[in-house]
Amino acid sequence: MTASDVRLQPRKKGLTRTQKRTLSRGAQYVVFVAAVIAFAVSADWGRLKNQFAQWSIAKQMFPDVITLALKNTVLYTLSGFVVGLVLGMVIALMRLSSVGPYRWLAGIYIEIFRGLPALLIFIFIGVAVPLAFPGTEIVGGTYGKVALALGLVAAAYMAETIRAGIQAVPKGQLEAARSLGFSPARAMISIVIPQAFRIILPPLTNELVLLFKDSSLVLFLGVTLEERELSKYGRDLASTTANSTPILVAGLCYLLVTIPLGFVVRRMEAKAQEAVK
Amino acid sequence: MSETPPAAGAEIEVRGLHKSFGDNEVLRGIDLEIGRGEVVCVIGPSGSGKSTLLRCVNLLEEPTKGQVFVGGTELTDPDVDIDAVRRRIGMVFQQFNLFPHLTVTRNLTLPQRRVLGRDKAEAARVAAENLARVGLSEKADAYPASLSGGQQQRVAIARSLSMGPEVMLFDEPTSALDPELVGDVLAVMRMLADEGMTMMVVTHEMTFAREVADRVVFMDGGVIVEQGDPAQVIGNPAHERTRHFLSRLLDPAMAEVEEGTPEQPAKSD
Ligand SMILES: Nc1ncnc2c1ncn2[C@@H]1O[C@H](COP(=O)(O)OP(=O)(O)O)[C@@H](O)[C@H]1O
Ligand SMILES: [Mg+2]
Repeated sequence: MTASDVRLQPRKKGLTRTQKRTLSRGAQYVVFVAAVIAFAVSADWGRLKNQFAQWSIAKQMFPDVITLALKNTVLYTLSGFVVGLVLGMVIALMRLSSVGPYRWLAGIYIEIFRGLPALLIFIFIGVAVPLAFPGTEIVGGTYGKVALALGLVAAAYMAETIRAGIQAVPKGQLEAARSLGFSPARAMISIVIPQAFRIILPPLTNELVLLFKDSSLVLFLGVTLEERELSKYGRDLASTTANSTPILVAGLCYLLVTIPLGFVVRRMEAKAQEAVK
Repeated sequence: MSETPPAAGAEIEVRGLHKSFGDNEVLRGIDLEIGRGEVVCVIGPSGSGKSTLLRCVNLLEEPTKGQVFVGGTELTDPDVDIDAVRRRIGMVFQQFNLFPHLTVTRNLTLPQRRVLGRDKAEAARVAAENLARVGLSEKADAYPASLSGGQQQRVAIARSLSMGPEVMLFDEPTSALDPELVGDVLAVMRMLADEGMTMMVVTHEMTFAREVADRVVFMDGGVIVEQGDPAQVIGNPAHERTRHFLSRLLDPAMAEVEEGTPEQPAKSD
């Protein structure tokens, strides 16, 4: 806004709305800059750099941090996602079933697993299952355990998402399919679920991001060296080197995946918004 | 259930049909026979139960009482394979209900393949043939959202025809269309009628009813008030309720004066 613009505004008592807005924004910038300066001056940058940004330590993490730790994180996440998706789909269909007990069971499952911290479920899978069923091994060893633990948690959230997606498909779609002779199951599989997935792709991708971070809970399962993912790997290395640089590097590796995924989600949401218009 | 067999020659037969939603009795005893190749238009004020009757004929709604026969099969028989019967009954909806995630061709081929088990080539051939019949061959690869309402409705008709139905049900097929698109859809329906398709059409298009229908059925309050020759029912109705309905339909301004809302069906939402 230029000075001549301001002069063109009709003079009311006090400031115009535009002037008030400009003033308020200016004040916010001042506060922001002051906070940044205060932080920059008071923090001990030398010590921080020593503790978190040792180039030599960061260098020795490669290529393992990618080829081992990030790879395992991705594997754990994807296997958990697949288990969660399949189980979530079953629970969503149970929740929509006309059979009462199916609906109740699904409801109870969702309440329990959404109400518990993921950490407790990991501990439970790691400790209670071997105790309860001695001698039995969860298929796939650690990978199986992680897929199960992450999948159990994810399924509760995904079930609700999938259910909402199925219900968002207009009733006429099912009616059209049924009147063409589709059985209820066929109509669900060929017509309703494909449309539901288009609707819920953004929230499902969000769930993938959450799982990606939750995979760090593998820490509590006790894993071999080769099974370590980013968090465990970073922490182990931080303690052997007595320096926190590995934590920073591991953190950056998470962001390397989660930021692009978040971007994809927002793009999909924007596109879905456009389609509605 | 079937003490008496369906009337000979009747493609659709409805006997003593009642339908309630909770305490709301929507159909209060409907008896109707539609012969093979006959075109019957069902008219009546909104809320009179026309859609419900049509949906009972392919069991999208479960009748509370009474029997429905199509092509000699009793749909209301609990042991009937309803999916098998529905293949013989085409249904066209007011809102088209095309599958938005599939191209026009896939809309036509998927039901043939999944439901009838036709192979890919055969399904594609039948789809192309029916798209040509409704004059939309050039839209084969388009998605429904890119078509006008009139084109979507013609695709929906072609989709039903691809299943080779013996009977076609239409529930206000042109009520959601812009006026200038109504004609193309009615032309397709007229063609089907000329080809001898058995049709039951809920509509407010009086010109179509007058020119194409073999019989017009007027419903009000969940019963058939009168039925007969189109010229007679529309031109010279025997009942006061029919006369009242027709006068409001032909002069919506009157309806507004009388009831505060026009009787014309709502535009698409
Ligand atoms: N699924 C349903 N649940 C409850 N009431 C319904 C349902 N479908 C229709 N009705 C009621 O049945 C009556 C007749 O509806 P309908 O058959 O759609 O009439 P029309 O097609 O003649 O306008 C209306 O009062 C409507 O509210
Ligand atoms: Mg209706």
